[in-house]
Amino acid sequence: MRSDRGQSAPLGLKVAAACGLLFLHLPILLIFVYAFTTEEKSFVWPPPGLTTQWFAATWNRPDVWDALSLSVRVAAISTAIALVLGTLCAAAVSQTRFFGREAISLLVILPIALPGIITGIALRSAFALADIPFSFWTIVLGHATFCVVVVYNNAVARFRRTSGSMIEASMDLGADGFQTFRHVVLPNIATALLAGGMLAFALSFDEVIVTTFTAGQQQTVPIWMLEELIRPRQRPVTNVVAMVVVLVTLLPILFAYYLTRDGDQIAGSGK
Amino acid sequence: MTSAVSFKQVSRHFGSVRAVDAVDLDIVPGEFFAMLGPSGSGKTTCLRLIAGFEQPTTGSISIFGERAEGVPPYRRNVNTVFQDYALFPHLNVLDNVAYGLMVKGVGKAERLKAAEEALSLVRLPGYGARRPGQLSGGQRQRVALARALVNQPKVLLLDEPLGALDLKLRENMQEELKSLQKVLGITFVFVTHDQGEALSMADRIAVFNDGKIMQVGTPEDIYQRPNTRFVADFVGSSNVLPPVFVQRYSGQHRWGSLRPESIRVSSAASGDGVAARLVGTNYLGATTRLALDADGLRLHAVVPAGMALPAEGEAVMLTFNRDSLHLMDEPA
Repeated sequence: MRSDRGQSAPLGLKVAAACGLLFLHLPILLIFVYAFTTEEKSFVWPPPGLTTQWFAATWNRPDVWDALSLSVRVAAISTAIALVLGTLCAAAVSQTRFFGREAISLLVILPIALPGIITGIALRSAFALADIPFSFWTIVLGHATFCVVVVYNNAVARFRRTSGSMIEASMDLGADGFQTFRHVVLPNIATALLAGGMLAFALSFDEVIVTTFTAGQQQTVPIWMLEELIRPRQRPVTNVVAMVVVLVTLLPILFAYYLTRDGDQIAGSGK
Repeated sequence: MTSAVSFKQVSRHFGSVRAVDAVDLDIVPGEFFAMLGPSGSGKTTCLRLIAGFEQPTTGSISIFGERAEGVPPYRRNVNTVFQDYALFPHLNVLDNVAYGLMVKGVGKAERLKAAEEALSLVRLPGYGARRPGQLSGGQRQRVALARALVNQPKVLLLDEPLGALDLKLRENMQEELKSLQKVLGITFVFVTHDQGEALSMADRIAVFNDGKIMQVGTPEDIYQRPNTRFVADFVGSSNVLPPVFVQRYSGQHRWGSLRPESIRVSSAASGDGVAARLVGTNYLGATTRLALDADGLRLHAVVPAGMALPAEGEAVMLTFNRDSLHLMDEPA
């Protein structure tokens, strides 16, 4: 309950909050503005002129499409792997007791707590040691390590709030393991999985560090952008791509946020 | 006659803990059977062994003559009403009740009709469209009951189903469960730690302690003729009398059980009886419970409320009918 119900916040606080938000988001708007600039070589403020020609230029650049397609495929497959492994792991940790349970829980979360550079170096040397050439799949594996965590965290939180006897009740009423998963477990964790999956997708989509260590010559979108900043050909093209990436990652995260918010009420009832 | 449920030397060990220890048990078809005991006594594990959530470490279990070891819960014709009801929050009440029929492949129209009938049976007709979260505790309990009964189980297992309800609701549900069981003729196996509940509802009671069955019998057997000190004390808080004391009144050197309501309390210094001192009174509404000290032996007596009582600390004389002193074989 709020203590200042019905009262408006003091003016100073409002100004401070507005300044904070502006500080966070103004730079992003700046990126958007540069996508329309006529100056090609460097970022000049204010833009000498406005144009939409870079959208067409971006559309016609095959390297943009390659990077985008690679990123989408990597994110999709890493997310799929994470959904399966993360859910299984969350189910095991939250529904049963076994030796080493806490250790497994910690080990699963570790990749996201470790600096990406360590995960990256570790994976790179492991791939080298095992003589695995860099490919699409090495990127996917690298991304899956932290995508699993996101799905796991979401699923484990939901499993904790789900009554354990529900699964027994389902079995008691004649449903075998598969039916129980399909009719009871899945509906109860679906929104958590969707939210976790979307976050995992977004994380994978803008990942740089682990990718630099696990990709060969291929470029995902963020890697391509870094490359463009160092050796620009048509600078504003980067900004157009940035705009698209912001939108592509923002929308699923917003969606995931709304899903889990509603999910709280559904999962919490009936207990 | 085949037993509804039969345990032969059944044990269930969790590591070094013997949750159920060499239990023999026969439940008669159509009876209302209560498993009574303190928490951790093994009664719930026994229920889970019947349901199939646990497998016996040793021994054999049969349900209506069929071996049950290794048979998963979903292939047993028994259903459970869970302590926390375990309703499915994502389904409405009608789909909850119809769940068992749905997974067995019964057509939609048929199973919803059966579910509606089951809801009428537990006096919740027309509640089908609601979500479990919108129901009160008592209503959820009825839904859980309907969801189990719709499958027409041979044995219905109830795991402390009334534990979460308030007193008034609990008394209503006790009567209702009892009459429901009579109408349906299904074997009910009921787990409870409440001796009053077991005595008032069950045809027979098994009293559990430390993974073992102490005594099986009718409520009257258990209450009037407990065979161990544990049963005497747990069921109705009887006065357990040591052999030295019992010998004075019955001539036998055995443990005795004397129900608190069998003791008459009168003011001191008159006639023969047990001299004691009143050390405390506990007002219980219809009755008053007296704590008495008879030469170092702590006794309890229950007298009707409104009776004139001596003041605390005063000497009193206790008398009781010799017949109400029950002798026990096992000292345990």
